[in-house]
Amino acid sequence: MAHPILAARGVAKLYGANAARFVRDGRFSGTSEELAQAGVTAAVRDVDITIERGETFVIMGLSGSGKSTLVRCLAALTPPSAGEILFEDKDLNRMAEGDLIQIRRHQMGMVFQHFALLPHLTVLGNVAFPLDVQGMKKPEREAKALEMIKLVGLSGRESRFPRELSGGQQQRVGIARSLAVGPDLWFLDEPFSALDPLIRREMQDEVLRLQDMLKKTIVFITHDFDEAVRIADRIAIMKDGRIEQIGSAEELVLRPATDYVRAFTRDAPRAKILTARSIMSPPDPAADYAGVVGASARIAAFARKIEEAEKPFAVVDEGEVVGKVDRRAVIDVLIGRESADQAA
Amino acid sequence: MSLAEARPASPAVFSRIAPGRLMWIAVLIATIVLVMLPANALPAWAWKYPLAWQVPFGSWISAFMKWLMESASFGFFTVHDFTRAIAWTLDLPLQFAKSVFATGFIQGQGSDAVVILPAIPWFAMIVLSVAAGYAVGGLALGLQMGFGLAYLAVFGQWDSAMVTLASVLVASLFGAAGGLLVGLACVRWRWLERIVSPLLDVAQTMPVFAYLLPMLILFGFGPVSAMVATVIYALPPMVRVTIVAIRAVPEEIRSLGLMTGCTRRQITWKMLVPSALPALMVGVNQVIMLSLNVVIIASMIGAGGLGWDVLTALRSLNIGKGLEAGLAITVLAVLLDRFAQALAVRSGAAVQGQSTGRRNILIGGLGLGLALWAAAAISQPLAVYPEAWKLSTGAFFSDIVSWINVNFFSTLEAIRTGVLLNVLIPVKRFMLALPWPWVVAVIALAGYRLGGWRLALTVGLMALFPVVVGLWPTTMITVYLTVVSVVLSALIGIPIGIASAQRPKLWRVVEAVVDTLQTLPSFVYLIPIVMLFRVGDFTALIAIVLYAVAPAIRYTAHGVARVSPHLVEAGAMNGCTRGQILKRIRLPLALPEILLGVNQTIMLALSMLVITALVGTRDLGQETYSALAKADVGRGLVAGLCVAFIGMVADRLISAAAGRMRARMGVEA
Ligand SMILES: Nc1ncnc2c1ncn2[C@@H]1O[C@H](COP(=O)(O)OP(=O)(O)O)[C@@H](O)[C@H]1O
Ligand SMILES: [Mg+2]
Repeated sequence: MAHPILAARGVAKLYGANAARFVRDGRFSGTSEELAQAGVTAAVRDVDITIERGETFVIMGLSGSGKSTLVRCLAALTPPSAGEILFEDKDLNRMAEGDLIQIRRHQMGMVFQHFALLPHLTVLGNVAFPLDVQGMKKPEREAKALEMIKLVGLSGRESRFPRELSGGQQQRVGIARSLAVGPDLWFLDEPFSALDPLIRREMQDEVLRLQDMLKKTIVFITHDFDEAVRIADRIAIMKDGRIEQIGSAEELVLRPATDYVRAFTRDAPRAKILTARSIMSPPDPAADYAGVVGASARIAAFARKIEEAEKPFAVVDEGEVVGKVDRRAVIDVLIGRESADQAA
Repeated sequence: MSLAEARPASPAVFSRIAPGRLMWIAVLIATIVLVMLPANALPAWAWKYPLAWQVPFGSWISAFMKWLMESASFGFFTVHDFTRAIAWTLDLPLQFAKSVFATGFIQGQGSDAVVILPAIPWFAMIVLSVAAGYAVGGLALGLQMGFGLAYLAVFGQWDSAMVTLASVLVASLFGAAGGLLVGLACVRWRWLERIVSPLLDVAQTMPVFAYLLPMLILFGFGPVSAMVATVIYALPPMVRVTIVAIRAVPEEIRSLGLMTGCTRRQITWKMLVPSALPALMVGVNQVIMLSLNVVIIASMIGAGGLGWDVLTALRSLNIGKGLEAGLAITVLAVLLDRFAQALAVRSGAAVQGQSTGRRNILIGGLGLGLALWAAAAISQPLAVYPEAWKLSTGAFFSDIVSWINVNFFSTLEAIRTGVLLNVLIPVKRFMLALPWPWVVAVIALAGYRLGGWRLALTVGLMALFPVVVGLWPTTMITVYLTVVSVVLSALIGIPIGIASAQRPKLWRVVEAVVDTLQTLPSFVYLIPIVMLFRVGDFTALIAIVLYAVAPAIRYTAHGVARVSPHLVEAGAMNGCTRGQILKRIRLPLALPEILLGVNQTIMLALSMLVITALVGTRDLGQETYSALAKADVGRGLVAGLCVAFIGMVADRLISAAAGRMRARMGVEA
């Protein structure tokens, strides 16, 4: 907790001729009306986030809400107009260029929406590119690149050129390339938005699988709430450059901070998001349970079991019974009915 | 508006005509009235700009150059030393290339000269080219290279062609590398682009003769001056292409560079340049073709080669020899163009599989070629193409031309006189009768209507320049020839473009012709026409039209074919006939593109016009050409600037008009 891998403090990014007017002493201030009047776009404003080592942090919002701008600030690809970006407690925009280059060469990786594969290099050349830039010797970097290519399941296609691959395969190359340097922090800016829905699911599974193996810190951008739900530990919802709310999918669904978040989460697949804990009712000492479910199990995982049983299930947390779920509570969630308990 | 209000009696007529159009009708009427006015109706200075008001830019430039070369000094060494040192440095690669391709490496002087290594003999060169052609563009290109070079050898053009080739290769190398570097610098520093861009405009519209002259003074008479002039002429498109191509590299690729921790240099050379390579190769192709064009012209200041052969043949009216050399230039141009294009295509699609096979052939060909070269070095007489195997078509061509002249002289002469009397001379008289203040004012007005005060000021000042340097009449003669040939090109080119836009088969033929027309160096056009029509304005007109018609055809065809099929279908569903679809939908939508084609036609016409000075026109081209002969730098540059400004005025106005039209139709530029 003491040392988050990445943190943004009061970050704003403004575009427009009069942008400087709204920044004093490195701090942004201004209302939307004032900005509009001065012809300034606040692509990102008032952003404070802390990303912990090993978590998967998803930034979600509609197109134009400022996600790419924020992630470009986080990766120090553009300097923020105000605020600071701290990578392991060091301000990325104040360090010497050489230090930043070193951090990027060894600790960061990025996957791009349109793949950004170099057309003149083969798959092998593309994956080995970041290593080449570091000056690694050819046999060594190619061995490393082959390993990465195998990891993303593209073995046998090393000598193809990018244009000879399908979209999904191209993005696999992008992923392999971004992982080749063994980064701690992995940025993915809408990596699957350019892909077909079926391929997209497959690629999400791929990311989950890799994350399971590699345990990176992930900053993942998407405009698709379902995708966010599948991948995220925590989700930040953005609107007009601001972060509306940060929380787990369950928190967003259960306790939306604004109407915007509420509207956004309304059609979310609740059964896949909510856990037993969030729909349980107080335990009944005298009850006769049909079985037990874990407090943090998702409803979708145990719904069938409960549906088939006559009696309620006990919800257990660390061996203790903390509540009960019955058939009705599950059906409420499945058909989207506000249950009496939840409303209370 | 004010006119319409002032005459309420006929509102129906005037309210239907846009006020802008009304103004232009008034301008037209005023122009006609002005031309018909008797000579004493306006003060004399309106027609003849007084000598006392002239600004002697020419003398200033000449004096400056004289000072520069005779007195200016950097302290330890003079400017003269400096430029000669540059010339000496540039001469090294040029001499090397010439030794390789044409003369061989020679030690010693005069009769003691010993050939250390002969130039690549013709058979080795053919083997090398076929292998290179095959590796780059497949069997077809390999065969073309082989036959083309064989032609040069068989028809006795080998030596001159190789001298030309060596110059072109060296100039292209400098032009492409220089253009790339300047372009990259412009992308990196925007302020630099703002300075370079207008310079490129001038360099592209300035007649070649105009800057041959300063080169001669700076670098001395000889191949180096010719090469520097060539490089300057061929560089602008490469700079432009580089800027566009590098900017077009997706932002994500740049970000990738930063994210992988590339240094600036790594981003430029490992990412931007390679991923923009296919687009850059298009620029290289242009550099090669422009270099060839200028190397031919520059032969008159000592570049030698095929251009020199044509020039001497033209001067001595040796028809057959001129045509032979002209054909050799054509062959060389086509080969260079095909090869460069194949290279561009190939850099875009490095197809796997085939390439290993091709690489083996390339390596084999190279090996064989070098072995043959070595063999020729050992037994030198082998290397020379045997006299007995040479064919000459010179006499044959001479016969054809004299046959045509004997049998069709009266017909040709009638055409020539007819056009001269009915078109050329009246237009010329009209142009010369225009008072300069009026012309400048109308140009500024057009600038104002199309692009506001800035444009008005720019074009107005450019139009004023020929007046204050005292070259107004000469400029008007240039304008007259340009106008007539551009109108004629448009009348020929636009209908051909329209006709071929909707007929793919016809387009294939037209495109092949247009491509060839555009590959040929401008010089070549003059040869056959001079033989049929002798020297003069009519000859110039035909040469210009032939050279300049290509963009009118190409842009029209593109514009018409590119109109969105949805709009065409919508028209068809509304019951339009084919003619109506063309007239009401395709043509109006294609108009901006057609205008840009005409713009290109004007540029080509101007560059050809200058060359036609060689056949005795009396315009600005002649002014620069004779300044070249008299080594009068100031006069040559000033006349050259006049030509450049004509081109730039036309370009600014037409581009603004096309831009406005596009904006109004909501089409992306
Ligand atoms: N370089 C730029 N110049 C001006 N405006 C920009 C620039 N980049 C982004 N914007 C503006 O910032 C806002 C957020 O853009 P972006 O971060 O790309 O959104 P997202 O990635 O969420 O779709 C948009 O309104 C966009 O127009
Ligand atoms: Mg985005």
